[in-house]
Amino acid sequence: MANANDIDHYLTSDGIDSDREKMIGQTIGYRYDVNLVPDYTRVTPYLQKYIDYMGWPDLNWLEDVHMGYEEGRAAVFDRNINGWVTVPEDIDLPDNQQERDMIARELLVKFQMSPNHPLVELRRAYGKFD
Amino acid sequence: MANLSEHTSHDMGMHTEQLEGRTQQVFFSATEEENLVQPFTYDVDFDRATEFDAQEMATGEINAKIKDLMKDGYGTITVRNPGAKHSVAVGILNRLNLVLDGSLGYFGCGLVDGPNIRITGRVGWSCAENMMAGTVVVEKNAGSTFGAAIRGGDLVSKGSVGARTGIDQKGGTIIVGGDTGAFSGFMMQRGRMVVLGNAGKNLGDSMYDGTIYIGGKIADLGVDAVVEEMTPLDCDWLTRKLRLFDLEAPNGVENMTKIVSGKQLWNYDNLEPSEKKLIL
Repeated sequence: MANANDIDHYLTSDGIDSDREKMIGQTIGYRYDVNLVPDYTRVTPYLQKYIDYMGWPDLNWLEDVHMGYEEGRAAVFDRNINGWVTVPEDIDLPDNQQERDMIARELLVKFQMSPNHPLVELRRAYGKFD
Repeated sequence: MANLSEHTSHDMGMHTEQLEGRTQQVFFSATEEENLVQPFTYDVDFDRATEFDAQEMATGEINAKIKDLMKDGYGTITVRNPGAKHSVAVGILNRLNLVLDGSLGYFGCGLVDGPNIRITGRVGWSCAENMMAGTVVVEKNAGSTFGAAIRGGDLVSKGSVGARTGIDQKGGTIIVGGDTGAFSGFMMQRGRMVVLGNAGKNLGDSMYDGTIYIGGKIADLGVDAVVEEMTPLDCDWLTRKLRLFDLEAPNGVENMTKIVSGKQLWNYDNLEPSEKKLIL
């Protein structure tokens, strides 16, 4: 990941840094460290409630969720819609990636579990089973 | 052929809608806290337990029975004598405690999204392929392509596993208590693989991203797989994760070998088509 020391790099610049990236006009690779394992001391109360309800011993699939950056906005990728969900602008971002990742996980769970999630409509339209 | 225009999706305009620019729809509230599961899942209670014997049942009957029990609110189900049948317990998209008391054949527990599954015996090829979330714990050995294309969740075999473990892994954690075969982590894209024993040839071949931790010896590394230094965060995460499944690194987590992508194969980009055109 480029500029790992500047957490706001992809918020304050276009994130196109290397000669190769400048040549092709796009970032190569992810805009966050996909290999960053979670710091469990920073789990939020809502996430703890969620994993307790699911009966899991830890964050489970959310370990792979990180806060990313898309077109100058903080965002989290939803695998179910194959798209980015932008973080509301009135949320203050912490100054470290671990806490940002926890916010991203919380927002993604709330988005995916919402009755307004696009998957609910798609399931109603295309679902073949109960 | 069915008349597709009569399908509900056509009535909803999903085939004629033109999307322009970025959708600005607000789908949820950031402070919304009442929903912990997707609206189409079954409401089950972990304290309601039941079991059935699958000795004389076909795969389809077993899977239908599990689904019916979830519909009735059972959150803890034990299936006796699964008899190494193929494709048992696939496509469970629910919170659930499921015990499979015996061994499974091919493609057991594939496509699951949420349940905690424990298998007391062995499993055949492609156990938990395309798993999305939850935990799947196999008490004994597993066949080849263990956790193929897994997206999320924890997949554990306390014994040894075959070749191509975690092929095309896209997330989640695969843990092997014993050894793993050749080409493990082939074309891995993200996620974590932990092998407490030895790894066969071509470990992590063509991996794009993700992390592999090996506790024993590595026969050799595949193309673009490189060794990276362990960090304190790696050690803390490994210690905590292994403890969850009563496992321990034989030489301590700090002495495990960490393998990541060398990123020399990251040559995809939108210049490629024009480069190819020039060459042609």
